[in-house]
Amino acid sequence: MINETMNAIIKARKSRQRRYIFVTVLLAVITIALACAMMMLGNTIYPVRDVVRVLFGETVPGASFAINEIRLPRTVAGLFAGFAFGAGGYIFQTMLRNPLANPNVIGITTGSSAAAVFCIIILHTSSTVVSLAAVIGGLVTVAIIYGLSKGSSFSIGRLILIGIGIQAMLNAFISYLMLIGKTSDLPTALRWLSGSLNGAELEMTFPLIVAVIIATPILIYFAKHLEMLELGEQAATSLGVNTNQTRAILMICAVIVIALATATTGPIAFVAFLAGPIAQRLVGVGFSNIVPAGLIGIILVLGGDLIGQFAFETRYPVGVITGIIGAPYLIYLLIRINRKGDI
Amino acid sequence: MKSLPSTGEKQRLLPKHFVAVVALLLILLLISVLMSLAFGSRTIGLGGLMDGLFHPSVESHEASVVRQRIARTVFGLICGAALGVSGALMQSVTRNPIADPSILGVNTGASLFVVCGIAFFSISSPSEYIWLAIIGAMLTAIFVFGIGSMGASGATPLKLVLAGAATTAILSSLVTAIQIPRMNVMDQFRFWQVGSVGSASWESVQIFIPFLVVGLVIALFVAPALNALALGDEVATGLGVRTGVVRIFAAFAGVLLCGAATALAGPIGFIGLLATHVIRLVIGPDVRFLMPLAALCGAIILVISDVVGRFLGSPGELEVGILTAFIGAPILILITMKAKMKSI
Repeated sequence: MINETMNAIIKARKSRQRRYIFVTVLLAVITIALACAMMMLGNTIYPVRDVVRVLFGETVPGASFAINEIRLPRTVAGLFAGFAFGAGGYIFQTMLRNPLANPNVIGITTGSSAAAVFCIIILHTSSTVVSLAAVIGGLVTVAIIYGLSKGSSFSIGRLILIGIGIQAMLNAFISYLMLIGKTSDLPTALRWLSGSLNGAELEMTFPLIVAVIIATPILIYFAKHLEMLELGEQAATSLGVNTNQTRAILMICAVIVIALATATTGPIAFVAFLAGPIAQRLVGVGFSNIVPAGLIGIILVLGGDLIGQFAFETRYPVGVITGIIGAPYLIYLLIRINRKGDI
Repeated sequence: MKSLPSTGEKQRLLPKHFVAVVALLLILLLISVLMSLAFGSRTIGLGGLMDGLFHPSVESHEASVVRQRIARTVFGLICGAALGVSGALMQSVTRNPIADPSILGVNTGASLFVVCGIAFFSISSPSEYIWLAIIGAMLTAIFVFGIGSMGASGATPLKLVLAGAATTAILSSLVTAIQIPRMNVMDQFRFWQVGSVGSASWESVQIFIPFLVVGLVIALFVAPALNALALGDEVATGLGVRTGVVRIFAAFAGVLLCGAATALAGPIGFIGLLATHVIRLVIGPDVRFLMPLAALCGAIILVISDVVGRFLGSPGELEVGILTAFIGAPILILITMKAKMKSI
């Protein structure tokens, strides 16, 4: 009897594991396909052979410039920013146990944006300082929102409302900076409002790449604890997890990658919000979904950018596309949550 | 609760401090109007101010600058008043302390319809697109409130704000998507992203007046019934109030006022929230007195924000919508911090 139950549990676990691996591999394949498309498509379409030759350092007339200077930076920025938004958003949603509590809705990306725009327009600093400021801006925003919403007792609802208020103020501040800024700075700064891969440079993406490479193993390692956190705070503590420490480490890592992604591409709307729930839907609960969520983040950013570049007569920045795709999902989610009767 | 007369105290006709508050608001209004006429890229002295206002025969440069600023100031006043009343109406109808046209996404709905009208139907005169703005505002209000009030607990502040934020996100993405391919056409209409009264003229005032009058008259008529509504639907029905009719009229007036304001000035946020809460704090929750004072207070806030924007943005101007968001959003945060957990 006990053996049968054990077997059933092991079987179910195996099948979930198979599903997890299958989905992750599938997502990775789609990611690679999209990245290839990003490299090949443009005003001139280059075959895979040319792209590979250019990447290995050969000079192909025409293709070399387009790929090295424009398409490669764009693709790399999309890859790493997408992963950062997806994985970071997933961490937030899981940790606060609420899909609505994500960096877009509670205004963390806006904090990073405001700091970045301030550095670009007022201080005229280098891109390293901009990245650093974006991280600090994100962390400070989290601290302020968390501090204000603590009060007598913590509630996610209060956190979200205060986040929306802070966001309105930060947006007003960004608009003010844009107004007093020089017109020559505006195109760079405009990116911080809607999110775009236009004008991405490898040098600007470098801090993000380093952060993602360092933070991902940390996130995956602590994700085991996150799984236990999902059972509830007390259950996790009794399983031997230092909840406060886990929370702090995960939160800081997530904010850092999201802030650096925001500093590179601007706050690409709703990627951090969408990736987590989609990953959950595809993989199912029970496994930590950081990698699938990150891959879905990449697919959303690269896919959105391809749609924005080629689907219409006008080129749209990726943020507009993900905004139009993502916001209806937010509304659908709200309707579902409201029907169930709790937020 | 303070304004309710305790037993033994004589029933008051007017809330406590009412006369003093009205006097104070009128003085502030006068000061803000004078500031709005005098300050700007060129500051006008008292003599020029007097010439421009009271001596139509004087033809000095200073006097003509003042005369040009009159239209803008008048427009700012009625726009602020409309937004103040609109906020008070929406808070009463939804029985929700953080209802405001900007938080509910109604302003963005109005913007989207106007931008569509300009882009696809080559509508260009304000008297035409004011109707589009009002239709857009109404549809958005119905949509947001519909989503926000689903479920057992009804329209809680959190649900309404989230529904409003999500709707705003879609609508503003659509506005951007429509604008990007038409940058040259849209450049003059950029103020639809941030509200501003800078381009107001006597024509805008003229177009606005009928909507303002209709909205204010309805507001005055429904105010006593809204007081009853605040006690709960059952009590209100018991007092002989037809709650459904009152709600529809009050919501209609609220949307009419903010839709018209948005059509002519763009989305100016948080004025209704700010004005209503300040006034309620001072004179208490009686809607009959709250409404006219919120109008006064809204007008003052908008005109002063406009003046401050001229200083902060100099040599250009900082749009008034940016300033009102900056001073209004903290009110949202304060209300949230004070609110009991359950009521969120």
